[in-house]
Amino acid sequence: MSRALAIVDGNEAAARVAYATSEVIAIYPITPSSPMGELADAWAASGRPNAFGTVPEVIQMQSEGGAAGAVHGALQAGALSTTFTASQGLLLMIPNMYKIAGELTPLVIHVAARTVATHALSIFGDQSDVMAARSTGFGLLASSSVQEAHDLAVVAHAATLESRVPFVHFFDGFRTSHELNTVELLSDEEILELLPRERIREHRDRRLSPDRPVLRGSAQNPDVFFQAREAINPFYATLASTVQATMDRVGERTGRRYQLFEYVGAPDAERVLVLMGSGAGAAEETVAALNEAGAKVGLVKVRLYRPFDRPAFIASLPATVRSLAVLDRTKEPGAPGEPLYQDVVTTLAEELASGRGLARMPRVIGGRYGLSSKQFTPAMAAGVFAELERAEPKNRFTIGIVDDVSGTSLPYDPSFRTEAPDVSSAVFYGLGSDGTVGANHNSARIIGERAGLHTQAYFVYDSRKAGARTVSHLRFAPHPIGSTYLIEEAGYVACHQFEFLEQGDILELASPGATFLLNSPYGPDEVWAHLPREVQEQLIEKGLSFHVVDGHRVAREAGLGRRINTVLQTCFFALSGHLPLDDAIAAIKAAITATYGKYGRQALERNFAAVDGALAALHRVEVPAGASATRRIPPAVDPAAPEFVQRVTAMMMAGKGDLLPVSALPVDGSFPTGTSRWERRSLAKEIPIWDPDICIDCGKCAIVCPHAAIRMKVFPGDALAEAPRGFKSKPFRSREHPGTLLTIQVAPDDCTGCGVCVDYCPAHSKEVVRHKSINMRPKEAHLERERERFEFFLGIPEFDRSEVDVATIKGSQMLQPLFEFSSACEGCGETPYLKLLTQLFGDRVLVANATGCSSIYGGNLPTTPWAQNGDGRGPAWANSLFEDNAEFGLGMRLALDRQIAHARRLLDLLRADVGDELAGAILEHADRSEAGNERQRARVAELLPMLERVDSSEASDLASIADVLVPKSVWIVGGDGWAYDIGFSGLDHVLASGRDVNVLVLDTEVYSNTGGQASKSTPRAAVAKFAASGKPSRKKDLGMLAADYGHVYVAQVAIGADNLQTIRAMVEAESYPGPSLIIAYSQCIAHGIEMSTGMTHQGDAVNSGYWPLYRYDPRHAQVGEHPMRLDSRKPKLAFKDFALQEARFAMLERVNPENAERLLATAQEDIDERWHYYEQVARIERVIPGKHDEEAEE
Amino acid sequence: MSVDLATRYLGLELANPLVPSASPLGARLDTLRRLEEAGASAVVLPSLFEEQFEHEAVAAHELRELRAHSFGEATLGYFPVLEDYRTGPETYLEHVAAAKAALSIPVIASLNAASVGGWTGYAALLEQAGADALELNVYLLATDPEATAADVEQRYLDLVAAVREVVSIPLAVKVGPYFSSMANMARRLVATGADGLVLFNRFNQPDIDLDVLDVAPTVELSRPWETRLPLRWIAILRGRVAASLAATGGVQSAAEVLKLLLVGADVTMMASALIRHGPGHLETVLRDTRAWLEANEYESVEQLKGSLSHEHSPDPAAFERSNYMKALASWCTLP
Repeated sequence: MSRALAIVDGNEAAARVAYATSEVIAIYPITPSSPMGELADAWAASGRPNAFGTVPEVIQMQSEGGAAGAVHGALQAGALSTTFTASQGLLLMIPNMYKIAGELTPLVIHVAARTVATHALSIFGDQSDVMAARSTGFGLLASSSVQEAHDLAVVAHAATLESRVPFVHFFDGFRTSHELNTVELLSDEEILELLPRERIREHRDRRLSPDRPVLRGSAQNPDVFFQAREAINPFYATLASTVQATMDRVGERTGRRYQLFEYVGAPDAERVLVLMGSGAGAAEETVAALNEAGAKVGLVKVRLYRPFDRPAFIASLPATVRSLAVLDRTKEPGAPGEPLYQDVVTTLAEELASGRGLARMPRVIGGRYGLSSKQFTPAMAAGVFAELERAEPKNRFTIGIVDDVSGTSLPYDPSFRTEAPDVSSAVFYGLGSDGTVGANHNSARIIGERAGLHTQAYFVYDSRKAGARTVSHLRFAPHPIGSTYLIEEAGYVACHQFEFLEQGDILELASPGATFLLNSPYGPDEVWAHLPREVQEQLIEKGLSFHVVDGHRVAREAGLGRRINTVLQTCFFALSGHLPLDDAIAAIKAAITATYGKYGRQALERNFAAVDGALAALHRVEVPAGASATRRIPPAVDPAAPEFVQRVTAMMMAGKGDLLPVSALPVDGSFPTGTSRWERRSLAKEIPIWDPDICIDCGKCAIVCPHAAIRMKVFPGDALAEAPRGFKSKPFRSREHPGTLLTIQVAPDDCTGCGVCVDYCPAHSKEVVRHKSINMRPKEAHLERERERFEFFLGIPEFDRSEVDVATIKGSQMLQPLFEFSSACEGCGETPYLKLLTQLFGDRVLVANATGCSSIYGGNLPTTPWAQNGDGRGPAWANSLFEDNAEFGLGMRLALDRQIAHARRLLDLLRADVGDELAGAILEHADRSEAGNERQRARVAELLPMLERVDSSEASDLASIADVLVPKSVWIVGGDGWAYDIGFSGLDHVLASGRDVNVLVLDTEVYSNTGGQASKSTPRAAVAKFAASGKPSRKKDLGMLAADYGHVYVAQVAIGADNLQTIRAMVEAESYPGPSLIIAYSQCIAHGIEMSTGMTHQGDAVNSGYWPLYRYDPRHAQVGEHPMRLDSRKPKLAFKDFALQEARFAMLERVNPENAERLLATAQEDIDERWHYYEQVARIERVIPGKHDEEAEE
Repeated sequence: MSVDLATRYLGLELANPLVPSASPLGARLDTLRRLEEAGASAVVLPSLFEEQFEHEAVAAHELRELRAHSFGEATLGYFPVLEDYRTGPETYLEHVAAAKAALSIPVIASLNAASVGGWTGYAALLEQAGADALELNVYLLATDPEATAADVEQRYLDLVAAVREVVSIPLAVKVGPYFSSMANMARRLVATGADGLVLFNRFNQPDIDLDVLDVAPTVELSRPWETRLPLRWIAILRGRVAASLAATGGVQSAAEVLKLLLVGADVTMMASALIRHGPGHLETVLRDTRAWLEANEYESVEQLKGSLSHEHSPDPAAFERSNYMKALASWCTLP
């Protein structure tokens, strides 16, 4: 039977089957598996039935552990269930997986396999997560392509029912989960027919029911546990044959036949590779190419990894095999080899010992490849085959890197290629925000459907949120495409942003004679003069066919603003010739109509105008015979950067991190801080320019800047002696610091152009209202001047912290930020809090950062924003996990407290050696002001050389920890997904502990990092992923839960609504000698607002009572006052008037107006009720029993 | 003696001359039902604003598409895929159909488009949705100093002609009073295909917010004195254009209704008073209108309509004089 071909990615291919075969789906977002849960949620929200005709129950849980628990319960109650996860999420499911397997319960967990965090987190793909779950008793079934992700998902769901053994069905994260490919999809009816209906009934019959009660989950003793555990064996003994039989049934229906171990290659192969997952695609191409050239090689693709069917593995090998290389996409330090290698060796050894089949033991070597989505190319596979030919091949090798430390890596010839000549390849460089990837999704579908070609599309994203670059890799061929690696040579290269030419080797992948399309503001006659020399040289040397289009002009004239995707897509079709141009234009317009048709004619007409305008603006450029440019692509970093940045960071920034050898990298994941300043991303088209004549010295532009790109400095007049011409300053209005000058300076290359500062600036010209004290101006016109000024500005000495009243807006902004130039989104609502935190306490702060947005923009390489001051001090930052951050931070506090106690004891012991006066002064230090801390720091500095002169182990010990005697501040930072959901129990425990930690919750009210899934912080009526019909329940009141303890300092703040209240809350929290919790309103792109107005918009959040400001300070209770202080006024704006400014609320009106009206009304009631409640709390007197006793004891 | 309140507007036989004009009141079915119960003889639904759809469509698309595919951990974007998300006119069209089904009085759809294609396209859709008549809510603010009055007038005429081409239901055109020759413009609009004129569009003029020194959009409910402008022009146009005339702007009570009928309005439209006092206010106005007619021994609205128009007035010149002359004279003659 012939089925329609579809172009989907691996996640969708698997999710379709999971959805069709399940009744209860428990989900939790984690990259790269989130789209499976999102699709299931969206399908359920739209009422799509599963194969049984009912709409599955899709529920988001608070963690993967919760999802596994919910699935376990659903299974026990007789439902068919599934879940999706990856990496740490799978690890959190492991306890339940043992139970589910031990109880012989049919279940399939679909895993987009991803790296488990070790020395660093990585969102990318390898199989370390699956390998960590291999002892749970789950069957492990590996798919190596998008088609397999669909077919083997069916196999998994059918086989688990048939066998009662649960399965992990996995495929490589990103490479398969996010690759679009042409596949044949089974209909729900066909899927249903492949499921064993009788077994489903049996599963239901086993459900817990009071009508025929049983007890499961007993506690067993040494007498029977062991035997009972062995009782399960028969189910595993037949499992492999059940899977093979199921594969055969799928094969009969689809024509695609799968084997447990599938051999491809020469029947008489001598050298054989063994691997599983997407690497099989590259390896299979290599086998074919080498055999074509006369070699005798083969490949065993492992599909069913657990249980490992030894006879089937032996049977898959050609009798001629002399050597095997087993490749593992994981690392198991200290093991004799990685897991698959060990299984193969064991199997072969047993087989040899049995005397049955094997005549001789083949040589077996094992190695690692592809960790964290490292490319695995045919060249690397060929390198492994070459190694097998050597007399003494290396075992426990690595391939794809240069290991100059342990010498594990194999050499390979990177020029080895296997791609068939009938495959056409195209590579597109774009910005995340310019729509390039979306357009390529579209193009892939058009060509797949209209030209009848097989299509593969894969997209590489960078890890930044602002100004993220994308590279699209598209392949088209008349046959299925299994090339599971990035394009190495492209016949078409498109650069959608002219600036990219200066930032890396855009033409590296262009094959000789390829077509190069450049989105250029310069026309065909003038563009040549604007190209760097490297680009000119490659155009000539490779004989490229060079075309330009001014996509931005065409888009602008068509009324599409900066959305250039339609223009560039049209040019791609015009130049690539996959379809006759008229057909292509018709197809593009049909796609536009499908997207915009129902919205209205104007959007349609504008896009049509862009299509037509594109062709008129597309020009071929005559390439001269010789390069004329003298300008070269500038080096990635300033030559003044530190050695590590020059040697390592610069390579990553230039996109050449793959070339760094093992020795270049830290052994334990420790990196220098303050590196973001060396990365000039220059994203902004417009930057803010200061007009000192209007400035009122308020510091508000600096406090709200998300990127620390607007700086304020106060300094004595003589600091400007060497100032560049035109450097701006004005007299600083201050009674405390008379005679000083003020400068507000933009960091022109670090500004993202978000416009928040300009929107927030309260000072405007009397003559022209729209002219403010800072104004957005075209960057190009100001760049050179502002660069010079910023350089000078950085050199002006920082104001003496001990002379600043830090708890004021101006005072805080006179301090140096030690969080700068992060890769957060333009207009991010979180980062201003972190920056302020570092201004207030940055030189003595330890940060425990939960996984999420803040750990990505705060800790993702190549460069990181946590910085150092001129003395080399600054925040020390670490990320442990998503779920454990409060505990992680508490651990830091405990360590500090023990070290402080130890240091104090040692100092007391050494009083005689260091002098009673100094020791006494250090031990009695109580003044926690900036000046006081500075004096303590001076005392400790005085102490250290004295300790050196004392010859005792106590002195040496004290010297090693004496820095803890200067007060340190522990800050536990994370988002609402952590604080409200996955980490809540830990947070609760830490707050209950009473220890002196400070918790800062950057509350965006959704899981921002994974794309806006609802959390328990998501407010009622908001639309979010996993709450597509509007969140029905109210937001959890985390602050009041914490305040209920009585001893926790709690503040709810919104920096844009009240700068000073935020500053005071931070200062109070830090000074409070117990646990503190600050919940900070953080606008996010997932709110659907104009981000440039995010800070002024916070005012409406507060004025509507949506986000009341308060501080709950237990210290007031201790002196008999009211601990709760409401800092905002009674709501005066209707919630609806605030809410409908945000797409997250407004969009529900477009989907379900009745529901919207009801939820918005209830949300208003929430606000009214909460305000009433808070007013009452603010009048409550409280004492903390026992507090005075504790203090007396101290 | 019972008074016959029936009137004829756009060829529609209406039970009385009270029609709620386009306003947010018409957005809810239950309010429409209450208006009908209160005696409304027809309703004009709130305007379908093409520009709003377009803006929202682009914004919705940007939210969904452009935030998607830019960051590896959020490749599907930051909002759920809402398959039934509607920024287009479907909701409005469904509302027309629902109003039609729920009410027994005629339903008049109102349209404010931004492009010629928009005017014609949406007009056809509104007709298909079951509207009994269509009111074109035309608002062309001529800010371009290069555009002549003739250019602007031609744009009005072009779009009326274009819409006339595609719909067969009655067509009313709602315009503002700012034409150099209102009477001539009215005649040309009718010649181009308008079955009726709705006089006048009340433009909400911007205000300044002194706190933030910014332009602040305002919506101000109308007052009775505002009827004087339509009153004058309906008086002048009655009998001079072959079209229905609807008066709108300032109708609060029976007094305004009666005055406007006297000068020649076929229907009087109200919104502000209904927003201010609730849909039930229409019943009061209707009762008072009937009572006045009875007290003054009129047999029917038809008898009253136009009896004090420009051509039937004892002092036609009064409609032509600039109002302040008479006002001044009156003031001078005060004792």
